[in-house]
Amino acid sequence: MAVKTASSPSKTTKKGSVASKSKFSKETYVKWYKDMLLIRKFEDKTGMLYIQQKFGGFCHLYIGQEAIVAGTASACRPGDKHMTAYRDHAHPIALGTDPRILMAELYGRVTGCSKGKGGSMHFFDKEKNFMGGHGIVGAQIVMGTGVAFSEKYNGTDNVAFVSMGDGAVRQGALHETFNMAMNWKLPVVYIIENNNYAMGTSVERTTNVTDLSKIGLSYEMPSKIVDGMRPEAVHEAIEEAADRARRGEGPTLLDIRTYRYKGHSMSDPQKYRSKDEVAEWMTQDPIEHCLRVIQENKWLTEAELKEIDAWVKKEVEESVEFAENSPYPEAHELYEDVYMQTDYPYIKEY
Amino acid sequence: MKTVQFREALREAMSEEMRRDESVFLMGEEVAEYNGAYKVSQGMLDEFGEKRVIDTPIAELGFAGIAVGASMNGLRPIVEFMTWNFAILAADQIINSAAKMLQMSGGQYHCPIVFRGGNGTAGQLGATHSQSFEAFYAHVPGLKVITPSNPYDAKGLLKAAIRDNDPVVFLESEKMYGDKGEIPEGEYIIPIGVADIKRKGTDVTIVSFGKIIKVAYEAAELLEKEGISVEIIDLRTIRPIDYACVVESVKKTNRCVVLEESWPLASISSEISYHLQRYAFDYLDAPVMRVTQTDTPFAFSPTLIDEALPNIERLIKAVKSTLYRN
Repeated sequence: MAVKTASSPSKTTKKGSVASKSKFSKETYVKWYKDMLLIRKFEDKTGMLYIQQKFGGFCHLYIGQEAIVAGTASACRPGDKHMTAYRDHAHPIALGTDPRILMAELYGRVTGCSKGKGGSMHFFDKEKNFMGGHGIVGAQIVMGTGVAFSEKYNGTDNVAFVSMGDGAVRQGALHETFNMAMNWKLPVVYIIENNNYAMGTSVERTTNVTDLSKIGLSYEMPSKIVDGMRPEAVHEAIEEAADRARRGEGPTLLDIRTYRYKGHSMSDPQKYRSKDEVAEWMTQDPIEHCLRVIQENKWLTEAELKEIDAWVKKEVEESVEFAENSPYPEAHELYEDVYMQTDYPYIKEY
Repeated sequence: MKTVQFREALREAMSEEMRRDESVFLMGEEVAEYNGAYKVSQGMLDEFGEKRVIDTPIAELGFAGIAVGASMNGLRPIVEFMTWNFAILAADQIINSAAKMLQMSGGQYHCPIVFRGGNGTAGQLGATHSQSFEAFYAHVPGLKVITPSNPYDAKGLLKAAIRDNDPVVFLESEKMYGDKGEIPEGEYIIPIGVADIKRKGTDVTIVSFGKIIKVAYEAAELLEKEGISVEIIDLRTIRPIDYACVVESVKKTNRCVVLEESWPLASISSEISYHLQRYAFDYLDAPVMRVTQTDTPFAFSPTLIDEALPNIERLIKAVKSTLYRN
């Protein structure tokens, strides 16, 4: 059965560039372009390596959705905290994590960002305030709100950014959390990375309320629909929501409309959507958009753009090289990082 | 020494730790304005204010998860569940999040958090309000599990739990909150993972924990009159279990009965029995026996409750069977 997509790109995005009116600087566009290109190429490579069975586990790619993390990263402050679910490769890259330790994590190597103990779905980088990488749909909504709770408790003006897919909004955890977050005016921004499919089930097949921006209305949570194919739109929405949180006015829900070009995971035959639908969204590609803006404004020469391409290629290649040359964790690692207590008396039968 | 109720011992532990460390706070249903569903937190709102003694809506998964997130970010939450039966709704956050955070993050984030509340049977409350969770949570690496049986242990162990850097499941009982016992005037801490020999004896070892241990105390008195000397071990901590204490006792008595309030399958009594046959095989003069709740959901009617729970008669019979006596 063909399923019509609820949010086609034309509803949220006007074709053509916004360069002439943009308030964003050359530096911002170049940073977005570099970060998103790095994410795209990292994910392309990850998909290829997965097919080649270089590593196991589940593998969920972020391709197509890059503008969300790019716009969030440019709008947030260094003390802010970030948490997401299992589609988590892009967030740490946008926050500045070395892709080498992310690739090593995919390979299950001890040099990985989680020492090879977390894998694709459980990336963490405390140094960059990236607090995971969580495998249970909706669990990060609750925990991320707890992070916001602790920031308020400590009297900081840091904000917690909590990302979720459009499938996660159907978890009861979201509603329990939204209620408390509003009641306690917690400094949190909820980001729905709305790619219209919870795995293979489209939004309209799971609910009578297809407009996800309305999900917070019964808690009177401010919300907004955002064009997720444009980092400018994401940045502005994030900034506005974060300002509200920093003023002590509580959470915001952002329904950021995006699209994943690839399947839910690497084992997804994608029979639930048409090739035309995918192609239509790809015309709105955020990386090509940024490239167009940079070229139209003549901010970078062709040679400089090639340098960026070369840098990205090198980063990805070196990540793979680093991962493949890194050792696997040794057996004793199994008994480390389970308890903070270093002499915990594990039951050891052999 | 002074005499206090179990609930007061818990309150002293929490209040002392909150005075000592600003990052400790208490949250749960009815903990603040109502002064606690079982008055454990009575007066704490007045002392610490609403920032640190926090009433939550009825949303176990939500507030438990908020506390887990807060613990990842440096706070030390105490989460009160009105009963552990309700905490089943929060099990995702306890088992999938708190217990695994340190490992999944490769040691970067840990969860110094205490989940506490009433556990086990508490009268005619029916099947959904009467379950014990020692074995459930003891099964999960990453957690620590504590079940105190008297006010002294409750205070010392709760203080240890709050200071511990790992997530702790702390199992109390609605039926014990009014129990009285002596505690020192000053501060003290009981280390996690250390069992306590509550009664010295030479003929048979009874291993138990939580409020059901009172059945062992009564049985031991009766057995004493028949010339049977019973040693009673209170595990106090269920994860990690102080196996050495049990093995040493059984090496002396050569006989063991495990008394447990909960069900028999995959239980703490199964675990102790395995451990004894593996590590004290040559010392056993009789099979390890156990007295547990019947292998059925807990029912409402008093006659069915009497039938379901461990009692003195069954315990005495089990003890005597290890001595091959009638």
